Amino acid sequence: MAINNIWVFAQGSNGVATTGTLELLTKARSLSSKVTAFVGGDASAFAASLGEHGATKVYATGDLAGKLPGVALAAAMKSIIDGGDSPDVIMFPQNYEGRDTMARLSVKLNRTVLTNNIDLADTADGVVATTPVFGGNILVATAFSGPGPHLVSFRPKSFVAESASGGAPEVVAATIPDLGTLGGARVVATHTEQTTGPKLDEAAIVVSGGRGLGEAANYSMIEDLAKLLKGAPGASRAIVDAGWVPYSYQVGQTGKVVKPSVYIAAGISGATQHMVGMKGSKNIIAINKDKEAPIFGIADLGIVGDVHKVLPKLIEALKARA
Amino acid sequence: MEVMNIVVCVKQIPDPASPGALDASTHALKREGKLILDESDAYGVEMALQLVATAGGGEVNIVSMAPNGETSGMRTALAMGAAKGLLVSDPALAGSDALTTAKVLAAAITKLGGADLVIAATESSDGYTGTVPEQIAEVLGLPSVTFAKKVKIEGSVLKVDRQSESGYDEVECTLPAVISVTAGVVEPRYPSFKGIMDAKKKPLDVVTASDLAVTPTGWAAAGQKIVNVTQAEARKAGEVIEDDGEAFGKIVAFLENLKLI
Ligand SMILES: Cc1cc2nc3c(=O)[nH]c(=O)nc-3n(C[C@H](O)[C@H](O)[C@H](O)COP(=O)(O)OP(=O)(O)OC[C@H]3O[C@@H](n4cnc5c(N)ncnc54)[C@H](O)[C@@H]3O)c2cc1C
Ligand SMILES: Nc1ncnc2c1ncn2[C@@H]1O[C@H](COP(=O)(O)O)[C@@H](O)[C@H]1O
Repeated sequence: MAINNIWVFAQGSNGVATTGTLELLTKARSLSSKVTAFVGGDASAFAASLGEHGATKVYATGDLAGKLPGVALAAAMKSIIDGGDSPDVIMFPQNYEGRDTMARLSVKLNRTVLTNNIDLADTADGVVATTPVFGGNILVATAFSGPGPHLVSFRPKSFVAESASGGAPEVVAATIPDLGTLGGARVVATHTEQTTGPKLDEAAIVVSGGRGLGEAANYSMIEDLAKLLKGAPGASRAIVDAGWVPYSYQVGQTGKVVKPSVYIAAGISGATQHMVGMKGSKNIIAINKDKEAPIFGIADLGIVGDVHKVLPKLIEALKARA
Repeated sequence: MEVMNIVVCVKQIPDPASPGALDASTHALKREGKLILDESDAYGVEMALQLVATAGGGEVNIVSMAPNGETSGMRTALAMGAAKGLLVSDPALAGSDALTTAKVLAAAITKLGGADLVIAATESSDGYTGTVPEQIAEVLGLPSVTFAKKVKIEGSVLKVDRQSESGYDEVECTLPAVISVTAGVVEPRYPSFKGIMDAKKKPLDVVTASDLAVTPTGWAAAGQKIVNVTQAEARKAGEVIEDDGEAFGKIVAFLENLKLI
């Protein structure tokens, strides 16, 4: 099948297109000459950068005014498609807004979804998406059968964002139809956790802690170490679920995907769901007292030892150099 | 609200402790042997039990779709305190995609008489499509709140703290509604001995897709087909050393070598 028209579910944050959006646009333009960005929100501040990365048209809904994105954006996309602009493929980011919108739209269009992918190809078998399973050890390629639009989502950092030096796109207003009972959920307040230092998914060094730290108070060693290395602190889901650190620290399948120069895993076993979020790191250092811990299978430097002994000494040594 | 009737979607999955494998002919996840209650859904069951107890009336019912009439995972939820269950089991459903699963579960929920609230997990441990709850909501024509990490009911309004990428949002939602709950929201209770005994006598109906008037699609019409399975490039293990009290120095040297310090 030839792909003639791809949509990308595009997002902005603080007036700039997210890196994830630019990654998807870069892939989209390699598969299709026509690329459209769909923005659930106000796109005026970053439409130009969407154009620069290959979008020739941008649909934008304007401010959502407290509506939850999934229901509202799927309804807006459905009306455009019903209106005659129907894409062959819609690429979504594997995040909250992307996932919810894709799920709602799949029912409205009666189309299957393929999630958690890292690649997309236009082949003799049709449009084929690739997803890693079992911690990324095995890659499964799945073809869409049946008619489009094919709904497919991608894990962050699956592609590298590159500018196409494209010009300003045509910006078209997208209308959110009346949602009726489906629109019964409304955001009444937003709470943002304050963070300092580099962002977890952009930092050159990430230091993550897991259940092996023993208790919440010991997480301060991870923070100290991250700060000394000008990196970002991260976490396994075990300690996020236990309430030691907020969800925004989580690395893995349901958290952030990180690819730093160095990833330090302290007291983390290396469950497959953790590894899919960090095994793309250039270098991995692991500290674990169990020499059989799976994390050692992918570590460039593995220290079989007690985090309570190794980390304080490491912190002291780095302080002495500062 | 004095009476809250809640349906929890519970997935029954192969024990995650035993390594997963793909079936050589269908390339699907192997699902043989005994299935257990997905731990992710134990949170939903617990939350439902607590909400009904707070409301002071109503019941928690469970629905599941699984092959071979498998009910052992559902019995765990009944032992925790759910009242009754409805299982959809049909060979024609093997290989169903998330959309078909959602249509089947929505029909099962309707067959149970609907609910004030439907609860699912944000994603299953074995499939992790993460779309089924939102698809169920759309099929049933209901509002939904995904990634709920705290849930309260005040009158006929659901108040949810919804996890976001950078913190959380307070969301209010009219009932009936569908929510998906994150792991760790509540502490799932262990079934008591009495609970386990009682669960054996609780009603658990097993129906097929046609009983629910859902057209099963299975492998043939799932809209997707696995075309290739390959081994990813493996990452090799490097040096592993035992800490003799000086291993921190190895880390310093490693970072120095990369010119990061
Ligand atoms: C659907 C689903 C999605 C998931 N998504 C994620 C995800 O996004 N991210 C994620 O991380 N997990 C995720 N998980 C959970 C994952 O399966 C593991 O449960 C989790 O990663 C374990 O965290 P941990 O390594 O900190 O804890 P554990 O597995 O308990 O490991 C603790 C480790 O610390 C070591 N240790 C103990 N004491 C010491 C000491 N004093 N010094 C040194 N080492 C010590 C132990 O040997 C052990 O290896 C997911 C699970 C499911 C089902
Ligand atoms: N076969 C099933 N039976 C019951 N509930 C299911 C089933 N599949 C998915 N669910 C529910 O939907 C959630 C998300 O599933 P998934 O979309 O597969 O990640 C699960 O955690 C369950 O709560």
